[in-house]
Amino acid sequence: MAHVVPTVKMAGVATQASLESAPRIMRLVAECSRSRARAGELRLPHGTVATPVFMPVGTQATMKGITTEQLDALGCRICLGNTYHLGLRPGPELIQKANGLHGFMNWPHNLLTDSGGFQMVSLVSLSEVTEEGVRFRSPYDGSETLLSPEKSVQIQNALGSDIIMQLDDVVSSTVTGPRVEEAMYRSIRWLDRCIAAHQQPDKQNLFAIIQGGLDADLRATCLEEMTKRDVPGFAIGGLSGGESKSQFWRMVALSTSRLPKDKPRYLMGVGYATDLVVCVALGCDMFDCVFPTRTARFGSALVPTGNLQLRRKVFEKDFGPINPECTCPTCQKHSRAFLHALLHSDNTAALHHLTVHNIAYQLQLMSAVRTSIVEKRFPDFVRDFMGTMYGDPTLCPTWATDALASVGITLG
Amino acid sequence: IVCWQDLEESLRMKLSLTKVVNGCRLGKIKNLGKTRDHTMDIPGCLLYTKTGSAPHLTHHTLRNIHGVPAMAQLTLSSLAEQHEVLTEYKEGVGKFIGMPESLLYCSLHDPVSPCPAGYVTNKSVSVWSVAGRMEMTVSKFMAIQQALQPDWFQCLSDGEVSCKEAASIKRVRKSVDRSLLFLDNCLRLQEESEVLQKSVIIGVIEGGDVMEERLRSARETAKRPVGGFLLDGFQGNPTTLETRLCLLSSVTAELPEDKPRLISGIGRPDEVLKCIERGVDLFESFFPYQVTERGGALTFSFDYQLNTEEILLQQNGTQEEIKCVDQIKKMEITGCNQEITSFEINLKEKMYQEDFNPLVRGCSCYCCKNHTRAYIHHLLVTNELLAGVLLMMHNFEHYFGFFHSIREALKNDKLAQLKELIHRQAS
Repeated sequence: MAHVVPTVKMAGVATQASLESAPRIMRLVAECSRSRARAGELRLPHGTVATPVFMPVGTQATMKGITTEQLDALGCRICLGNTYHLGLRPGPELIQKANGLHGFMNWPHNLLTDSGGFQMVSLVSLSEVTEEGVRFRSPYDGSETLLSPEKSVQIQNALGSDIIMQLDDVVSSTVTGPRVEEAMYRSIRWLDRCIAAHQQPDKQNLFAIIQGGLDADLRATCLEEMTKRDVPGFAIGGLSGGESKSQFWRMVALSTSRLPKDKPRYLMGVGYATDLVVCVALGCDMFDCVFPTRTARFGSALVPTGNLQLRRKVFEKDFGPINPECTCPTCQKHSRAFLHALLHSDNTAALHHLTVHNIAYQLQLMSAVRTSIVEKRFPDFVRDFMGTMYGDPTLCPTWATDALASVGITLG
Repeated sequence: IVCWQDLEESLRMKLSLTKVVNGCRLGKIKNLGKTRDHTMDIPGCLLYTKTGSAPHLTHHTLRNIHGVPAMAQLTLSSLAEQHEVLTEYKEGVGKFIGMPESLLYCSLHDPVSPCPAGYVTNKSVSVWSVAGRMEMTVSKFMAIQQALQPDWFQCLSDGEVSCKEAASIKRVRKSVDRSLLFLDNCLRLQEESEVLQKSVIIGVIEGGDVMEERLRSARETAKRPVGGFLLDGFQGNPTTLETRLCLLSSVTAELPEDKPRLISGIGRPDEVLKCIERGVDLFESFFPYQVTERGGALTFSFDYQLNTEEILLQQNGTQEEIKCVDQIKKMEITGCNQEITSFEINLKEKMYQEDFNPLVRGCSCYCCKNHTRAYIHHLLVTNELLAGVLLMMHNFEHYFGFFHSIREALKNDKLAQLKELIHRQAS
């Protein structure tokens, strides 16, 4: 069959009138007068979520060794699940029988499910993308699954998550050439197909995902088209891969400058502390990343000055907590020395202590960011943060300095 | 005028028996711990830990469990390498591991890991940790206990006879001799240390399968000023315990009534009851951990008040289903070959995939109140860490509940009913 690039269909295009009357799930509480930082509130079916927010990732209906009670006690009000994984195991039918993903994992607060698009990149050798969808091949038994926009939405409808993501055509940010453009246009077409297939728009909020790689023109086109669609929120996708930080921040800034102010901006896959702070300054509201929970399982504890690799001998006789200022249960009860000893044992409890702490770190960071925005001192907060992290605000990485400067925040 | 000796006497650990039924001792151990105000019920069990932490559990998740025993078991094998750290720490292992309010018993070995033979000499015993072998002389052993500062600790002993296939009488005799020598040396060192005097030494009864040596070990150990006794060398597979029950009775008959008797390596509910009937007071709780590691959930009933029908309803008929399915499998679990018992269900089995019941209907544990068999099955199939956490919470609570039911049955003269119920469920 000859390869034809379909024109951009306008299936889900909203009229000016409907755009104005579409329900807004985000309420802005405060805005930084210098940068683009905002503090807000998301009103979601399973409760309110304060923004900016970091969402921990619990891929397979579990937050890696910590109970939903522990997660709740840390103040988490929204976390992630993954459509690709859950679609395979245990499957949407079973989860539907279990009263959705909330019922299955017994999580009373909000859930956001990714569409399975990212697995296209992470499992690239096992996937094939066509206009129809993504075909995945299992490395275990060779069986194939086709994930189409319709199928992805169907699964997410069964999961019942509060925010669902469109299936997007994701290419690695290191890819250049016509594939990037193809993926961008296809993502728009797939957005329309997702909107059309979505059975529960009043219960689940479908977010679009802006693509276009590292090409400003492609991104701009994608922004222009997707913002014509009447969706409750927008994600900025295709970044936080292998691209340079300099390119990364420029694409984020471009995106936030063209996204509506009254809808949430979800920057996917970002979780390092510095990146979070900078991207809040650039106007992002929501973030997710496996980093804090994954690094915990490798023995690394997050602290305001970076991280402590607690397996190292230097912590063997360090009898203080990970962070004396941290209010998490791990820091309230345990010393670095004990965690060091436990990490060298075969007791999984060590990993759970660190998972608890790292999630607490991320949530406490976002909370502090938010408070500073509300109290109109966000730029000072940023300077303090960079000072603590890098020894001096001026020692902050160049890309971050440039990014902050672009929105009116100077360091040192 | 209060005599200091009398005062000290009244503050010392005290075992009082409420009643003795068919050889089973029901009672309390009072004045425990450094502050002398803790109490333990017997028969009972100790909280099993690995490197000072309940397996898979943080303080938060451990706190969710009902009926956690007052005393936790630490293993020297997992903590010996912390010697230097604890010496510098100075405040004892209880505080170090974040369990300052718990009573602590330090055993030599981990009941779950089998001990390789050939590492006991006249002067030293080796313990095995994740890091490898650690050889311990009496002085090194006591130095470590001085740094740990547990409430009770198992004395250095030669328990190798139980690791060997068929030990010669000469070897058995040696195990008794050595253990007594170690005990006398440890007691001597304890006398010289103010810190060590705050801990209670538990004497170890050895003697393999030789009645004469068992009796000698019991009588000689009982002559020493130990705080309690550990009955070593009775662990093994179900058939080996059966042959040793007679030895067990004879041993406990030689021991003073007012000191606690611990046994190591016994965990199955039917074996626990048999040992209690023969004068044993305290057990370890490694059994629920082993069940957890193979993806199992304890489901056996200990509710002797219910009739058979009600019991089956409570377990959702799964016990009957299990009997229809060939489910006895051998599994390689971290060096131990353990068979699934009839006291548990295997959540990895496909039949639980869509089972939205709790693990045990009516169970008040966190897992049963919040999650389903289907969810646990999913966690096991996807190899998620939470499986171990939730199963451990259920299995510990279930097991502690079993010991509570033993005490209740003894109190209410219903031991026969409980015994019958448990043995009916033993395969």
